[in-house]
Amino acid sequence: MADKTELQYTAEHEWVLVDGDTATVGITAYAADKLGDVVFVELPAVGSAIAAGTVVGEIESTKSVGELFAPIDGTVAEINDAVVDSPELVNSDPLGEGWLIKITLKTLPALLSYAEYSAITGE
Amino acid sequence: MTSASPDPTSSQNDDAVTERFSPLHAAHVAAGASFTDFAGWQMPVRYSSDLAEHHAVRKAAGLFDLSHMAEIRVSGPQAGEFLDHALAGQLSVIDLMQAKYSLLLNSRGGIIDDLVVYRTGETDFLVVANAGNHDQALDALTARAARFDVVVADESNDTALIAVQGPNALAIVQATAGLSTDGDLAGLRYYRALTAAFAGTPVLIARTGYTGEDGFELYLPNAAALALWDAIVVAGAVHGLVPAGLASRDTLRLEAGMPLYGHELTTSTYPAQAGLGRVVNLAKPTDFVGRTASEEGPAGDAPVLVGLVSAGKRAGRAGYQIFRSPDATEAEGVITSGALSPTLGYPIAMAYLPPALARLDTEVFIDVRGTRAPATVIALPFYKRRK
Repeated sequence: MADKTELQYTAEHEWVLVDGDTATVGITAYAADKLGDVVFVELPAVGSAIAAGTVVGEIESTKSVGELFAPIDGTVAEINDAVVDSPELVNSDPLGEGWLIKITLKTLPALLSYAEYSAITGE
Repeated sequence: MTSASPDPTSSQNDDAVTERFSPLHAAHVAAGASFTDFAGWQMPVRYSSDLAEHHAVRKAAGLFDLSHMAEIRVSGPQAGEFLDHALAGQLSVIDLMQAKYSLLLNSRGGIIDDLVVYRTGETDFLVVANAGNHDQALDALTARAARFDVVVADESNDTALIAVQGPNALAIVQATAGLSTDGDLAGLRYYRALTAAFAGTPVLIARTGYTGEDGFELYLPNAAALALWDAIVVAGAVHGLVPAGLASRDTLRLEAGMPLYGHELTTSTYPAQAGLGRVVNLAKPTDFVGRTASEEGPAGDAPVLVGLVSAGKRAGRAGYQIFRSPDATEAEGVITSGALSPTLGYPIAMAYLPPALARLDTEVFIDVRGTRAPATVIALPFYKRRK
């Protein structure tokens, strides 16, 4: 599980871990908690080009549906098959085994710091 | 990530100003509950996992705080007569300590609220209405009481409601320290109630619920509620009891095919459309509000409530439209409640469809956020417990 203070964030409650030209993306613990038990995850195809701000997947809980937004421009390098098979990983380990997609970056994104994101959630 | 779908367990009213707290609020905070606004009340939506809470109710037992619900006392020499006039059922003929599901109709035959009525005395009834319809139910009952010798008293602010639901509910309530019942709890029939006492406080215990399981609902004054909740938690420890929030309550009632006001029932819904025609007693000798409209009934082509099941994991949800075919452009109906059923493992939904599409085994198509997902009409409920 990643150190939450080292991650970057979006206002759509996603976290981003940039390592070289690859960004790993998931949803925050705050978002997972608000959704409730995740029962279905739909992720984009590997190799597809995605644009920041567009919907690229869905995260469904028993109660509601969340949309996964691409936080940055790039190409989908990998998706987390484990989370497709076991959606509950999003709840049990949102910053670790519950990661959703890896993106090959075009440009380095401007995202929120942990402190900035915490100000949004008030937690 | 942003929410693309409304939260079915949240209040529809964004203008809710009064934030109200259950007398059990401290217990929920201590148990780590997440809260949601429900009709102006801060109520537990879940404690840890809504799926775990759902499964606990099906397999062991769950403990629910329903103190937000409205309790309205109707008493006086003409209490029975008054309820026969005000409600769709014939309440004057129910037995002492019997409960009856009933409807409060408007003059057009639409549903103002669905409620449960308990006969707690020869001339004394307890009417339990939905929290979101507290004002509407109280106002309608008060207005309709004008020409009867009856007192309509709102006891909602003073009354707590605790539900123990699931196959182990009986063993848990029997084992609750300090709770003594006037009569045999095990022998209590479904939709019957008895009086009890908890540390000197009177409690009404009814074999009723909203989960599709065996269970009990316990009404008592606020002041004793926290102590009773704690005593039930202790008694339930060896029986797999977990506190359960409104999220699991919603999926449990959906599986059991039970309507939720604001979803399946509205002021413009006729009971017959919702499969509740039997609740409107047209055989009763007296007039009642909504009788003329009920006798006429809805138009022959008015939509009716159906159950839908689908394959896969993507559930159709409240508000999603239903089509006749994958490429039809005109919606035929709409889902009122839907979820991936925790017990069954596939998507289920309740929906209104025109009679021509409402026959069992009819295949229809749900627009699930741009994709047409096939679904099949089945008879409600989706889930029925083994007796």
